[in-house]
Amino acid sequence: MAEATSKPRDGVQIDLISAERMDGLASMEKIRMILDGVRDGNIVVLEEGLTPDEESRLIEVTMTEISPDEFNGIEIETYPRSETADQSFLDRLMGKESTKKLTVIGPANQIETLHKDETLISALVSRK
Amino acid sequence: MGLLTELRDSISRAASTLFSEQDPKRIGIYGPPNAGKTTLANRIARDWTGDAVGPESSIPHETRRARRKENVEIERDGKSVQIDIVDTPGVTTKVDYTEFLDHDMEKDDAVRRSREATEGVAEAMHWLREDVDGVIYVLDSTEDPFTQVNTMLIGIIESQDLPVLIFANKIDLEESSVKRIRNAYPQHETVPLSALEGDNMDEVYDKIAEYFG
Ligand SMILES: Nc1nc2c(ncn2[C@@H]2O[C@H](COP(=O)(O)OP(=O)(O)O)[C@@H](O)[C@H]2O)c(=O)[nH]1
Ligand SMILES: [Mg+2]
Repeated sequence: MAEATSKPRDGVQIDLISAERMDGLASMEKIRMILDGVRDGNIVVLEEGLTPDEESRLIEVTMTEISPDEFNGIEIETYPRSETADQSFLDRLMGKESTKKLTVIGPANQIETLHKDETLISALVSRK
Repeated sequence: MGLLTELRDSISRAASTLFSEQDPKRIGIYGPPNAGKTTLANRIARDWTGDAVGPESSIPHETRRARRKENVEIERDGKSVQIDIVDTPGVTTKVDYTEFLDHDMEKDDAVRRSREATEGVAEAMHWLREDVDGVIYVLDSTEDPFTQVNTMLIGIIESQDLPVLIFANKIDLEESSVKRIRNAYPQHETVPLSALEGDNMDEVYDKIAEYFG
């Protein structure tokens, strides 16, 4: 991200991106922002996740950017799970989209999910 | 294309639309790498057309291009349904060429293979958004179905409003659990099968006819 390019040499940068910030962006801008962050070795956390269509484009663009010894893709975890079965009765009643989910995205070679259930994501992030 | 082949193609196209009640539905076979998608596609193609779709392999990403088998005619209860089956590369969010090195491959080969794999996955995602009329989602029933990629892909398929069947494959193996898949995705019909052994294929074809016919 533009404003946060300088980072301590030895740490892991985490970008927490608010729903408000994402709202003003077009799908491809969101995807660009996520992949730019991840390719810099950052962990990107989205307060409100992507739509399924954006997720599918994120996979597609990720694939086109993978290159040997440089970038081998992303790890992505969401909470709560995006299935409709997990939506509460109230959510469905209110016609709420199931896309509003906390989403964690990181470089595949640096982030490893240790444990995940309905209420917790535990991930190990290694330095570059 | 030559004028003659073009002519022949258009005549056969006209003939096929004349004789079939409707255009074949294009059914995409999706799922993670090694679930048995190609084994299934080959079995369907062999059962109804006599030849195969492509090579099956225990090496991940053997299928690196979407492969299509057109006009597969499945007969059920005296009726016939026409489908085109599209076998896709396993969808993933990461491809690391060094994993191929474990399969006794030279670096050059591994790099090329991983590049083809990434192109194939991108293509499969594109197909899903633009070009398929229904989805068979194949899972290896010996493995935990509740991965991020599966959940995300099924979410994407649902958002496209496509008819979808979940196939719980490899029921011939002892560690297989169809129930685990049913519990993970209760909103969809799950059909158990062994694509390798041909177990429960009658139900598989019944469901294909019912959902995609
Ligand atoms: N035991 C068992 N093995 C299977 C079954 N279906 C596929 N396989 C094996 O799983 C591996 C991957 O199969 P393949 O069709 O290439 O998977 P794909 O990557 O999803 O296309 C191969 O070694 C297959 O022989 C099945 O029903 N039972
Ligand atoms: Mg395959």
